Amino acid sequence: MSALFVLVGISISVAGFFLVAFIWSVKTNQFEDKTGAALRMLHEDEIDNNLF
Amino acid sequence: MPLVKEPENEVAAKGKKADVLCYHCGTPCVSNTIAIEEKIFCCDGCKLVYEIINDNGLCDYYKIQSHPGLLQIKGIRNEKYAYLDNEEIAKQLYDFTNGDHTIVTLYIPGVHCSSCMWLLEHLPKVNPAIIESRLNFTSKEVTIHFSKSKISLRSITELLASIGYEPYISLDETENAQPKSFNKQKIYKLGIAGFCFGNIMMMSFPEYLSFTSGIEQQYAHLFRYLNLFLAIPVFFYCASEFFVTAWKGLKQKTLNIDAPIALALIITFSRSIFEIATNTGAGYLDSMSGIVFFMLVGRVVQERTYRSISFNRDYKSYFPIGVNVVTENGIESKRLQDLKEKDVVRLHNDEIIPADSIVLKGKAFIDYSFVTGESEPVAIKQNEMVYAGGRQVGEQLTIEIIKPVAGSYLTSLWNHYAFSKNKEEQNDKESVIHLLSKYFTWVLLFLAACTATYWAVHDPSKIMGSVTAMLIVACPCALLLSSTFTNGNLLRILSNNGLFVRDSSVIEQLAKTDEIVFDKTGTITQGGTSIFTTTGHQLTEDELDLLYSVVCHSKHPLSKSLSAWLGNRKETEADTWKEITGKGIEAIIADKLILVGSSEFTGANNQKIKADKASVYVRINNNITCFTLVPVFRDAIPKIMPALKQKFKLALLSGDHDKQKDSLAQLLGKDSELLFEQKPLNKLQYIESLQQKGRTVMMIGDGLNDAGALQQSNVGITLADDINNFTPSCDAILDAKKFDLLPAIMELAKSSRFIIGLSFTISIVYNVIGLYFAMQGILSPMVAAILMPCSTLSIVIITSGVSSLTALKHGLSLRPND
Repeated sequence: MSALFVLVGISISVAGFFLVAFIWSVKTNQFEDKTGAALRMLHEDEIDNNLF
Repeated sequence: MPLVKEPENEVAAKGKKADVLCYHCGTPCVSNTIAIEEKIFCCDGCKLVYEIINDNGLCDYYKIQSHPGLLQIKGIRNEKYAYLDNEEIAKQLYDFTNGDHTIVTLYIPGVHCSSCMWLLEHLPKVNPAIIESRLNFTSKEVTIHFSKSKISLRSITELLASIGYEPYISLDETENAQPKSFNKQKIYKLGIAGFCFGNIMMMSFPEYLSFTSGIEQQYAHLFRYLNLFLAIPVFFYCASEFFVTAWKGLKQKTLNIDAPIALALIITFSRSIFEIATNTGAGYLDSMSGIVFFMLVGRVVQERTYRSISFNRDYKSYFPIGVNVVTENGIESKRLQDLKEKDVVRLHNDEIIPADSIVLKGKAFIDYSFVTGESEPVAIKQNEMVYAGGRQVGEQLTIEIIKPVAGSYLTSLWNHYAFSKNKEEQNDKESVIHLLSKYFTWVLLFLAACTATYWAVHDPSKIMGSVTAMLIVACPCALLLSSTFTNGNLLRILSNNGLFVRDSSVIEQLAKTDEIVFDKTGTITQGGTSIFTTTGHQLTEDELDLLYSVVCHSKHPLSKSLSAWLGNRKETEADTWKEITGKGIEAIIADKLILVGSSEFTGANNQKIKADKASVYVRINNNITCFTLVPVFRDAIPKIMPALKQKFKLALLSGDHDKQKDSLAQLLGKDSELLFEQKPLNKLQYIESLQQKGRTVMMIGDGLNDAGALQQSNVGITLADDINNFTPSCDAILDAKKFDLLPAIMELAKSSRFIIGLSFTISIVYNVIGLYFAMQGILSPMVAAILMPCSTLSIVIITSGVSSLTALKHGLSLRPND
């Protein structure tokens, strides 16, 4: 049954990791401009096509 | 015989050539003459932009999206941004500068597609002195890093303008640069509450399932203390705003909804600590963190922000940042706030008069439509007064300031007390939620006292347990959840249908509205165009040419609209031409006597031709024709008025003359009040007088002249043809294209009260079940943990379901851009 102690520890740390990731993504403004980021990704492609 | 000019002909003529679209902006081209190679442009402006883009090798701009540009027919005056050379002004705009490397963020209203983004992020290719440029597409702001020693802010602004993306720079934004980004604290709180809630729930399961056999002691301890540990951030960090608002309310001696919630949270938390510490139970930490999490979700849902829309603009947004002042050393750019009396200012076409002044030189032709609502520009002679907020039309003008900016006629409106109150706070105080929560709290305290007395008689050991359990269960979070989720969903539906509401407190005011007041110019009528119908003698084409030659020189508003309606015609020089004030024009052209003016002047009243205030009579020799101005209403107006007339009292305030009174009266119904020649302050006072009669007034306007009325009204709605444009401060902005949805929107807002009531009633049922257990002192954590999510879930389903259904029933769409 002591496996339970380990499992509880693991489950909380996994969840904690996601919490930290979430806070980090908010802090670094990743939710500020969702449309812009999506469009920007397409553009880099466009330019590559013209280079080759 | 009606003589109707056929506008269809013009459209058809344009339509034939409309196969060719401007390479830059996609406007149909009238001719093929403006072209580079095979690329055709509609105007020189567009061609110029193309040349700049082409010269810099940025033609990918046109590949990403075809016709990405904006119509450039309106050129930009050379000196327009001269004020940015004034370091004092430029400094206000910088986000950061270390002397050379400088960062500036500019708002560009024209941003609309991926091509815009591509071009704006390739500015360093155009000018290497620009180090980096990055566009925030959502807020339409471009952040530019540049080297100040190599390029000035003015050059950057002019560069942006030259490629068709003119930034919008205003005094208001520079004075109080408010961060437009959403409240990150709230998101952090939500994330942490969600994390803790999930884990506490998981750790509570053994406790729920062990009610028959009893949980092994060591695990019980582990889970309980872990729960307590996880609940600490929920209580002290995530829930902090409830305590803060409750405390603020108590200090002002009011019981707002947060007070009973804070009380329930404190009792839940301390009882849980007590139970865990004395090893008598598991406490109610699961329910507590769940409640906090859901309430935070509700508040975030309700807080919808439109980042590219500003609701709090005052007159300063319309005024230029800098003005050109004539000094001994030539023309200097001065900040608006540095402007003093006796300064001599040079104004160009389309510029706004910064302060009340006297005309020194030049022909003043001032368009006051924004300030007063009068639709026609006024001619003003030398040495006469011009007022701040008017826009010069035509040639260059030199004026001398006689009053400081803040003391001007227009700006003094903002000193009215209506502008000093905080509407959001006021709406909040009147809110049903706070009223209900007050009763709720007292009823709850009464019940708690009853329970305590009962157990004091029968079994004193159960007092603490039952009373605390009661307060835990009866937490009015359901009430808060009903209103936040309903408002959140309504805000979303309304914004998808073109109404952008400042905050959720406005919805409740919308629901209470019983009188709607409209502004005329720009709201009911559409500015710019006018159409005439004719009765009497039918004019030949030659006679129309002659008429045009007569009226095109007159400054009278009716003559001006008449000549605009006649279009560009052949002009014949008049032999004699005389304008008689108050009567009309008398002219002799091509041996014909032409009289244009009132019916007496032309002698039309002898001939039984229908008279109307908005009519011009034309007499050519002995034939009389009457031209009547037909008001051009917005398309939606005839559709929405009958529906609104039934449900609301309507009124109209106009800064204009009453020349269209009859057709307006017909439109709004007999009982409606129509007031003309209303100054901005009159409009405000009219709204105030209605409110004193106990009415809840909604004002729909569009210009600065309505600003006072919009502020005073319970709900001030600005009608905007382009929602990113600059609207006066208001509670909501309505997209003019969606004007026809107004009756449906009002219906939906009205339903919000029913929805909140319904979901609240249902949640009360859960509360009563919980209270039934609690008063007997047998509320187990599991019952609490089942009731809490059930009640939350049913509230969410009911609020979003019923409001969406109501919206569909009234023909509103649930998805954006439908």
